Amino acid sequence: MDFLRPASWEEALAAKAEHPTAVPIAGGTDVMVEINFDHRRPEYLLDLNRIGDLTEWEVGEESVRLGASVPYTRIMENLRAELPGLALASHTVASPQIRNRGGVGGNLGTASPAGDAHPALLAAGAEVEAESAARGTRLIPIDDFYTGVKRNALQPDELIRAVHVKKADGPQQYSKVGTRNAMVIAVCAFGLALHPETRTVRTGIGSAAPTPVRAKAAEEFLNAALEEGGFWDNGKIITPSVAKQFAELCSGGCNPIDDVRGTASYRRHAVGVMARRTLTWTWESYRGARRASEGAA
Amino acid sequence: MRVNFTVNGRPQEADDVWEGESLLYVLRERLGLPGSKNACEQGECGSCTVRLDGVPVCSCLVAAGQAEGRDVVTVEGLADFAKQRAEGGCASGACGTTLQDAQQWKAKGTDSQTGEGTELSPIQQAFIDAGAVQCGFCTPGLLVASDELLERNPNPSDADIREALSGNLCRCTGYEKIMDAVRLAAARQSEEV
Repeated sequence: MDFLRPASWEEALAAKAEHPTAVPIAGGTDVMVEINFDHRRPEYLLDLNRIGDLTEWEVGEESVRLGASVPYTRIMENLRAELPGLALASHTVASPQIRNRGGVGGNLGTASPAGDAHPALLAAGAEVEAESAARGTRLIPIDDFYTGVKRNALQPDELIRAVHVKKADGPQQYSKVGTRNAMVIAVCAFGLALHPETRTVRTGIGSAAPTPVRAKAAEEFLNAALEEGGFWDNGKIITPSVAKQFAELCSGGCNPIDDVRGTASYRRHAVGVMARRTLTWTWESYRGARRASEGAA
Repeated sequence: MRVNFTVNGRPQEADDVWEGESLLYVLRERLGLPGSKNACEQGECGSCTVRLDGVPVCSCLVAAGQAEGRDVVTVEGLADFAKQRAEGGCASGACGTTLQDAQQWKAKGTDSQTGEGTELSPIQQAFIDAGAVQCGFCTPGLLVASDELLERNPNPSDADIREALSGNLCRCTGYEKIMDAVRLAAARQSEEV
């Protein structure tokens, strides 16, 4: 095994171009487990810890450009206002020790269906900034990024530099099922974001399909129901039948398996419950914000 | 490969390090510092917790090469680390814990029950006084994590303590005595100020 230690992003891209089988390692919280257990013996480890700008973020007009190695701890502490869904998801990652090392770039690189960040990214809307020495930078829409179980749209010579996450324009929620709060791989997870500016709702389902997915049929149903009922304007409480149907459609958006963490039918059920709850929480928060702004005016 | 880094305030060098080796392995097997414990090797148990540039991490998940040029504090150096922090830095210029001292470090003073006569960090003393140690395997990780919590948050709520220690598993104590120990250390710390 060789340990490659690029001092700059350009050097890292060159190393990845020269050794496409090199496994990038940043926080190490996935890669080192595989090495410790002899599940993986990469020819090259490509250490990204020396590249300082991977741990930086910039808050722009529309989105936050989040460096691939920004630790979850920093996201929780610093980006709760801009990226509330992702901040909540970050808080559910493992333990403080892991959150101090791991970042969204690793979640994306591993592309496990159970990765905690995925539902939040899907719900908020995001683009993955990938780069190669040969072809430069491209932005991969998050909807096109997950291509299979632990597979993603990256080319062998590409590295993830950052992820551009849309800034929240409304309430966002994140929910995860596990046996305890800490140190849990999601049995299933659900992210929901209201986008009042476009009058749309986006979702993300984790650990209940071969890849992280959006519940698109549920989104379309809810978008239409909210529009028809004038909910965005009148700020009425969500009709229980609408919430119920939304939940059922979210369950239907799953394609889960039975495994050691839970059965397929439990996952389907739990995703429905989380969908209804997160819809209620976010909608109540939207109504509260509307009332507050009307009161002020 | 060779790895140069700072351990407990002193520069150290580890040779013949395999590229896939963890920082934990280097500490235990190359430097002879067995304080950080090797249990799950997958970041689930926290018994290998050390400070890496001040940040608590699972040393089993840090590749040895990633520690190059960086600063590591292990449980063996915790007493000295806490002392320097309390004194606001290193006045004598000869701080830190030598490898030999660290290798031989024991919480054994004139009284093996109370730890009296040993230079302990306040959190170590509190763990002894509160009876927060049983088999002792999780203790080094809990000490490093608790010490960092109290550095960051001198008056933690119970929820803060639970959250800060949520990555450290203890199978003996039921955690209540560990909670007591952290509360005790926090109370003593606030009395001193």
